[in-house]
Amino acid sequence: MSGPLLSARALALRFGPITALDGVGADLWPGEVLAVVGESGSGKTTLLNVLAGRLRPDAGHVWYREPDGHVADVHAMPPPVLRRLHRSDWGFVQQDPRAALRMDVSAGGNVGERLMAAGARHYGHIREEAARWLEEVEIDVARMDDRPGTFSGGMLQRLQIARTLVTRPCLVFMDEPTGGLDVSVQARLLDLIRTLVRRLGIAVVLVTHDLAVARLMAGRIMVMQRGRVVEDGLADQVLDDPRHPYTQLLVSSVLAA
Amino acid sequence: MKGYNFAYLDEQTKRMLRRALLKAVAIPGHQIPFGAREMPLPYGWGTGGIQVTACVIGRDDTLKVIDQGADDTTNAVSIRRFFAKTAGVATTTRTVDATVIQTRHRIPETPLTEAQIIVYQVPQPEPLYKLEPSRAETRRMHALAEYGAMHVKLYEQVARYGQIAISYDYPVMVNGRHLMAPSPIPAFDNPKMHRMKALQLFGAGREKRIYAVPPYTDVVSLDFEDYPFRAGRAPHACALCGDTASYLDEVVTDDRGGRMFVCSDTDHCATRRERVA
Amino acid sequence: MTLAISVRGLGKGFTLHLQGGVRLDVLRGVSFDVHAGECVAIAGPSGAGKTSLLRSLYGTYRADAGVILVRHEAAVVDLATADPRTILAIRARTLGYVSQFLRVVPRVPALAIVAEATDMGGAGLERAAEARARELLLRLAIPESLHGLAPATFSGGEQQRVNLARGFAGAHPILLIDEPTSALDAANRATVVAMIREAKAAGRAIVGIFHDETVRDAVADRVHEVRPLREAA
Repeated sequence: MSGPLLSARALALRFGPITALDGVGADLWPGEVLAVVGESGSGKTTLLNVLAGRLRPDAGHVWYREPDGHVADVHAMPPPVLRRLHRSDWGFVQQDPRAALRMDVSAGGNVGERLMAAGARHYGHIREEAARWLEEVEIDVARMDDRPGTFSGGMLQRLQIARTLVTRPCLVFMDEPTGGLDVSVQARLLDLIRTLVRRLGIAVVLVTHDLAVARLMAGRIMVMQRGRVVEDGLADQVLDDPRHPYTQLLVSSVLAA
Repeated sequence: MKGYNFAYLDEQTKRMLRRALLKAVAIPGHQIPFGAREMPLPYGWGTGGIQVTACVIGRDDTLKVIDQGADDTTNAVSIRRFFAKTAGVATTTRTVDATVIQTRHRIPETPLTEAQIIVYQVPQPEPLYKLEPSRAETRRMHALAEYGAMHVKLYEQVARYGQIAISYDYPVMVNGRHLMAPSPIPAFDNPKMHRMKALQLFGAGREKRIYAVPPYTDVVSLDFEDYPFRAGRAPHACALCGDTASYLDEVVTDDRGGRMFVCSDTDHCATRRERVA
Repeated sequence: MTLAISVRGLGKGFTLHLQGGVRLDVLRGVSFDVHAGECVAIAGPSGAGKTSLLRSLYGTYRADAGVILVRHEAAVVDLATADPRTILAIRARTLGYVSQFLRVVPRVPALAIVAEATDMGGAGLERAAEARARELLLRLAIPESLHGLAPATFSGGEQQRVNLARGFAGAHPILLIDEPTSALDAANRATVVAMIREAKAAGRAIVGIFHDETVRDAVADRVHEVRPLREAA
């Protein structure tokens, strides 16, 4: 592999009078975890959606290096190609698992969906794979045929992780995956994501406002403020030697990052 | 009938319907929107089927109408009378004599021919309806042939019941391309749609959609490799004609638990009995 | 002798934007060399910038001036100007860091923390990595009964020893060590001294901060003094 998996240059996007992205660039290498941090309204979720091709920028480009080495412009991809990418080689983990899961479908069905979308037609094999992934995310296989409505918040989020990773994506976008969870539940989920991501060599763009999450998960951190990247570098550089006033403010506002 | 055009609908409406039908035939299984008219019967009683029949029927046609396989139920009788009155066409209860068959919930047991058209009444034309609430999204799913979600439904069936327990409106792939709702016919009838010699037309009045399966088109019921599609029927012989292969209705005969199984296709049953007699 | 690290004119300061933009210089004109198989102790009074120097050498603090040349595999790389990916590669294969405190990752057992640091990736090597991790933990007197537990509940000394085991688990040619024995008893201190000596004998270059003068005298070949800049100014 030569070159980044995902590259963005000069991204700009305005929502009316609001500047959501202003000259943002980023490179993500295979297997790398990049955290995008900033307060709400800093443009980090917008950036995530633009990188993932879910939101079109006013200007700038996002390139994705396909497994065969061909580099494709994400926003020039025909919709079916992009949708297929999102169901196979890419993944998207949302903050609210209820919005991503099928709440009227069993846990096993939720995990199996991407396999079936990719053409799996053997029930036994789909079920085996779903069971394996439930184990991976520490959900009791006995709960496989239960609907997610009976699951706790942490379980729901782990189910979303299993559902996303079942096709072994090489790139996963995560939007505040631990937001809204209890601290103890957060720790378990973070550790799980961290372990899976490392073992499977998945590249991750992680949006979070929580610097402790960024430190634990990410190799590199980008700090965003008002649609601009004000600072980026290795996670320990940004958190232990913050240079930009805004980064210093963020770091000093945290109890123990 | 005086004061009305042939077969009730005005010619402009029929032309609109026929244009939709031509499109539907050109893209087997694909739903075509059309401007459904108010009909002199309520939604759910076959307004879609009647409009399709009205635009394909001619003076020389012979019409048969069945509801749940029977020619003598209220809905079937009403629709047959409606066309007898408004179009003056011949009607029949015999499948072999009919050139146009309008049906609700069944396909006749007697194999249809190239000279026949079968018109299905459809309450819900969208097979992804219960899986995806957004119509815009289901249209995209059809456009891109993204049908993984449908298999999720089948997966749930096997997970819950140990088999695919969809007994009617069992989803099919048409021409290897479009996922289609076969209307609420029993899964037992699905294999009859596959490479049928007759033209199959589907009308959904309330949902304002028309779709079609041209003759000799592949119609395959969705399934899993290890849980293949099976057309089920009650494991009995017809109490009247003794058929062991036809689709049966269970009829309650008294209030003490008495019941019998009889052919749901009344013409099929009567023909067999005549032959024996 | 092969030069492992060569520092020339290293300068580092902090601008505290939240305190009216106060400029705090901590390192200026720092120059020294460390060769393979050699241990250099950083000495100086409290607040002189010893830890800041070590963090600069690791790339955590981004240098304002000077160069930090590091022998990384066949090449010599200036860490002060290297891009993040190069720094990560250097940390993965060349430059190890034993910090003063263990940054505990929730739920990850001690054995896994150390095994992960052996950098023995790939299928089939997990057992080898675990064996090496177990050996190191036992040597640092972490009993087997604790290996499967997350160190969050360990005592300060135990955490420090897990941290040391992790630091020594890899095969980094250069090790930066910050106060390795501050919370250790005499027996464990002796173990650490022995481990540092073995590392030197194996040709690893070591830069360390050792408060304990006996430990320092036992391991250091040379001492590099740093002085507080505000005093000097």
